[in-house]
Amino acid sequence: MTQVRIDINGQVLDVPAGISVAAAIARFRPSMRRSVSGQMRAPFCGMGICFECRVRIDGVAQQRACMTPVREGMQVITDG
Amino acid sequence: MKSYDLIIVGAGIVGTACADYASEQGLRVAIVEPGPIGGGATAAAMGHLVAMDDDPAELALANYSLGLWEEFTHVEQIEYNRCGTLWVASSEAEYAHIPEKIARLAAVGAQAELIDSEQLYRLEPSLAPGLRGGMRVPREAVVYPPGMARHLLDRARARGVVLYAQRATAITRQGVQLDDRTGLAGAVLVATGCALPQLLPQLPMRARKGHLVITDRYPGLIHHQLLELGYADSAHGDADSSVAFNVQPRPTGQILIGSSREYSSNTPDVSMPTVRRMLERTFRYLPALRQLDALRIWTGFRPVSADGLPYLGRLPDNAHVWVASGHEGLGITTSLGSARLVIDQYLGRATAIDSRPYDPARAVACV
Repeated sequence: MTQVRIDINGQVLDVPAGISVAAAIARFRPSMRRSVSGQMRAPFCGMGICFECRVRIDGVAQQRACMTPVREGMQVITDG
Repeated sequence: MKSYDLIIVGAGIVGTACADYASEQGLRVAIVEPGPIGGGATAAAMGHLVAMDDDPAELALANYSLGLWEEFTHVEQIEYNRCGTLWVASSEAEYAHIPEKIARLAAVGAQAELIDSEQLYRLEPSLAPGLRGGMRVPREAVVYPPGMARHLLDRARARGVVLYAQRATAITRQGVQLDDRTGLAGAVLVATGCALPQLLPQLPMRARKGHLVITDRYPGLIHHQLLELGYADSAHGDADSSVAFNVQPRPTGQILIGSSREYSSNTPDVSMPTVRRMLERTFRYLPALRQLDALRIWTGFRPVSADGLPYLGRLPDNAHVWVASGHEGLGITTSLGSARLVIDQYLGRATAIDSRPYDPARAVACV
């Protein structure tokens, strides 16, 4: 399987090409992010509706991890 | 029939400011509002507290009001945030006009500073390259306007002001008639904004539609309320349709994006062509916004008087009817000064600033 190398919260990881950022994060972390009030959050719908999986990708905040495929060299910050 | 010194019709920010000040002065006050408190133009507004320097009367009222707002900076539900205003010059010509603007503001005691292009990008690194500089007004702020209307009404009610959650259907010889046909007796102050013609058809009032867009949370992207220096041309021009760059950092990190002005539409529907035009204008100044997510788009209507200045005072030939309406896009800022101007005249006192430019007599249609 082709792998791509991405960076999640400063940790360099090899993940299968073609998976979503949400899937990549789930391989290494139980939760996605913390809400504004500090609660743990994780993907709920997995299809771009609930907005629970928002992360910062390549400097742009509030991106839906479930709708974004991983790319080589991608920088992801889960609490950005 | 219940009797009051003053019956205020309309509980937007202007009506509630009048109720607050009138009750503080010891008047027995009723306020009539069938809808939510601050639910009309107040709820649609950006909530930018700002002085515009291009009309002397408007500057006097805004500057007076900004001083009065200082009492409210620590009220939690108002979300007061003194982010300052940064007017952006895109050309040498706009930049060259800044010193005279600073002088006009200084003449009323408001401090503003010239910002060169290096300082501009230090203050706001997300601005597009190639801008000439700007003018920063540090004391200005943003607030949550419906929160202010509720706060003012809460204070007024704590002093005994009575809220009638009904519609005032007519001004009578004694006072007002409500939609359940009961009457209230007393002097009447109409603060109904765009709905003014329903009770006072003799005063010209037009509704000028605006669109606003709010984004998801992107804290730290911008720090000041940002406007293009050409904003006044859009705000004070009489073009049927115009847009101007005007964006605001909310305390949540969200970015509130304006502004548009249209006379020709009187429905609240969102016009995507207008939103696109407004956003293209925004992206010229803040290209980083292009890739962000918007959460909501809404519209509202600014109440526009015959000459752009609010009507504040007693109606001619009608000893017991007063008006405080027609603030267009500046009613959040000028609500507090407007209330003082009207209520001080009602009490027969000298007003803190010259009240004549706002006298409704200037605009009353000859019948």
